[in-house]
Amino acid sequence: MDIIISFLGFFVSLIVGILQFLIPNFDGDVVNRSWQYLFFEGMRFTLLLTLLATVLGIALGTVIALMRLSGIAPLVWFATGYTTLFRSLPLVLVIFWFYFLLPYIGAWAWGMDRPMTVGAFNSALVTFTLFEAAYFAEIMRAGIQSIPKGQAAAGHALGLNYRQVMTTIVLPQAFRNMLPVLLTQTIVLFQDTSLVYVLALTDFLGAASKVAQRDGRLVEMYLFAAVIYFIVSFSLSLLVKRLQDRVAIIR
Amino acid sequence: MNYNWNWGIYWQQSPEGTGTYAMLLLSGLQWTIITALCAWVIALAIGSTVGVMRTLPSKWANRFAGAWIELFRNIPILVQLFLWFFVLPELLPKTMGTALKQLPNAPFYIAVVGLGFATSARVAVQVAAGVKSLPRGQTMAGYALGLSTAQTYQHVLLPMAFRIVLPPLTSEFLNLIKNTSVALTIGLLELTFRARTMQEYSFQVFEAFTAATVLYLILNVLVVFGARALERSVAVPGYMGGGK
Repeated sequence: MDIIISFLGFFVSLIVGILQFLIPNFDGDVVNRSWQYLFFEGMRFTLLLTLLATVLGIALGTVIALMRLSGIAPLVWFATGYTTLFRSLPLVLVIFWFYFLLPYIGAWAWGMDRPMTVGAFNSALVTFTLFEAAYFAEIMRAGIQSIPKGQAAAGHALGLNYRQVMTTIVLPQAFRNMLPVLLTQTIVLFQDTSLVYVLALTDFLGAASKVAQRDGRLVEMYLFAAVIYFIVSFSLSLLVKRLQDRVAIIR
Repeated sequence: MNYNWNWGIYWQQSPEGTGTYAMLLLSGLQWTIITALCAWVIALAIGSTVGVMRTLPSKWANRFAGAWIELFRNIPILVQLFLWFFVLPELLPKTMGTALKQLPNAPFYIAVVGLGFATSARVAVQVAAGVKSLPRGQTMAGYALGLSTAQTYQHVLLPMAFRIVLPPLTSEFLNLIKNTSVALTIGLLELTFRARTMQEYSFQVFEAFTAATVLYLILNVLVVFGARALERSVAVPGYMGGGK
């Protein structure tokens, strides 16, 4: 832990130094005072939300993609409607929808007579999972469709049932082929989590903004936040590019 | 459960005194459309230029375009809007900064520029991909006919590239429409903002959001149909799905 703190501290002072060099009256002090709060409160929330929403979103998205390709009319309609609906709405609106809707859904599901207290993090997690599942579903559908039909047919010919064909033949390959795209979507998700700002949650941007408002240092905090978001997203996208090359070679 | 549905709410007067709640939402829709269209003009202009630079033989043009794309793609749009809205006026010379802050309709202009720049990076990626997807022979044929690089792009490459990337550009435009809602954080009175306003005045949360949802869906459908019509009318005969 101490190593992480001193490494991050060095990294932060490097960024502050560069910003001070570029902008003459940049107040580095406010960043030096607040970066631990920004990372250990804000970034923790952001990363946790990104990670959980990715895992749950991919799981749900895969189920929806399977429904979409199942050929069973009601399931196809549901899956098509689901992806179309969520993909045509702005995330901000969906965040507001669930923020107000979930207490009622919770009350209905648990038979309470009063709206349930859901909590901001849970509300955000449900929103991002359901919203991103629509995008992950489209990616997984493309992945499943990229597997030659002969493979599933071969599986069936060996006597495997639908579940076995999917879990042992089709899905593993679909995941592997689509891994770069799934990760790119995760980077988008990482950036999208900044929108929980509209619920006044303390994600990375929320933390930066709270310090910015309190100390009247908007320039410093927002520039610093932008630099950190850029560094994280950019290095992740470089990783994805390398991964893409490796996956491409294997195939 | 004790939520009081009131679907007649849309025809009641809003406390702003400017008409019914329906009018309130429609004025939001209007701002959404105007902001998206203006930002799209900027995004197309810059995005095409940067996208073309990405495909030019010049190393420096290439690097600049690459840096532009990475810069605007790797910072969340919300943060970009904050940079334009809160940070830029402070970094400009004092008189310019003050002028920018006092601009009437500042959220609108900032949203147009901010969203335009952010979207330009995505447009650039698509345009570059479109140009790169053309066979090398087309560029060579242009040169062989004695066209300059600029002329080759103007008469040979771009007319084909834009047709090829029309579908992905449509989805970028749809994304842009959705992203205008992010500008509610800097005070743009667009559709989601107006749905929030309606919810705060009337406490009819779900009616307000349902209306906004339906309006976004209609807008989407209209854009998709419009884009399909455009695709059909500019389709090149003999190319994928391109008519007879």
